[in-house]
Amino acid sequence: MNRKSVSLDMTAMCDMAFLLLNFFILTAQFKPEEPVTVITPSSVSDVPVPQTNLMTITIDKNGRIFFGVEGQFVRDKMVRDMAGKYQVGLTEAQIKEFSLTSTFGSDIRQLGAYLDLSATERQKLTNNGVPCDTANKGENNQLRDWIAFARYANMPNPMRIAIKGDNDANAESIKRVIATLQDQNINKFNLVTGLEAKPDLSLFR
Amino acid sequence: MAEVDTGGGKKVSTKVDMTPMVDLAFLLITFFMLTTTFSKPKAMEVNMPDKVKDPIDDVIKVKASLTTTFVLGEKDIIYYYSGVDNPEVRQTDYSDGGLRKVVLSDIKSKVAQFGNDPIYIIKASKDSRYKNVVDMLDEMAIAGNYVVVYNGQERKTKLSYAMVDITKDDEELIEKAKGGPTAAPAAAPAQ
Repeated sequence: MNRKSVSLDMTAMCDMAFLLLNFFILTAQFKPEEPVTVITPSSVSDVPVPQTNLMTITIDKNGRIFFGVEGQFVRDKMVRDMAGKYQVGLTEAQIKEFSLTSTFGSDIRQLGAYLDLSATERQKLTNNGVPCDTANKGENNQLRDWIAFARYANMPNPMRIAIKGDNDANAESIKRVIATLQDQNINKFNLVTGLEAKPDLSLFR
Repeated sequence: MAEVDTGGGKKVSTKVDMTPMVDLAFLLITFFMLTTTFSKPKAMEVNMPDKVKDPIDDVIKVKASLTTTFVLGEKDIIYYYSGVDNPEVRQTDYSDGGLRKVVLSDIKSKVAQFGNDPIYIIKASKDSRYKNVVDMLDEMAIAGNYVVVYNGQERKTKLSYAMVDITKDDEELIEKAKGGPTAAPAAAPAQ
């Protein structure tokens, strides 16, 4: 009796598998590690968030503020200026670490210690965040200074600003951030939202 | 040494067992599929008025009858009232049958009554959350696509709206309205 072979020709399957693999490798964009997870609200707006010349102000559900700027060199220059203003000593290693960190949330005075932590240790912090105190004409408003130095470091390109707030963040904390922006005559910014379907208004005629 | 054992004239099969290779390929595909984010976040553009001058002051002086104030309250409740003098405060929520119905029917009645589009003032109370603010702004954007009929002609609404800080008077109004008889019955969802 002639037994039929059970081995298949896998060449075609292999070709297809590698084709898909190539596609996914080339389209993959790795999400930078974020120190906090926020769930953004959704809107009907379908404008994509710009990818370059962007600074992101993240507000989590407890009102903590995190700050991030695109571009390693911008971050490097920004943190040097900021440390100079607040007379905080940072080592070269810490500055290097800062320029590689996409988003951070810390008082400038504890920034050195913050940068020495690993990414997982940073996520466990509960009492951190960039101070944004709008009292006393914003004298102690570090967020304002970060924004100003980020814009300065990104010259001559104008910076766009995205506010990424959590659903459950208090409206007050968002208003404080917006007041900080308006304080510097920034009246145009983006709110990061998820996409939802446009409703059919003909039902309401 | 470098001899190929032809197995006594019989040809060796050139076929390679590809099973492990395919396994590996699919493993990698799975990995990249799961790590890729296809849905890029979207942005809602916000333009705030210049801080130097408060445009709302001017607006109220001119046409208080066109304004409706929405106060974003606690627990996803919206308090709203028309005009400024002794207004009747009503309540609604963020559902389609709630806020959307209120906004759209208000536009319709204001256009029919005055021929002008209404002016909305949004005030977020300290008990409201960020989602409420975005939902409210989104509702305004949605209402901007609403088609109204005036003088037999169809046109899109030209809605004006602004977000301003809540005042003491508003807080008192809301406090009075809480659980009061002015609370509007929950609107039925539109079909």
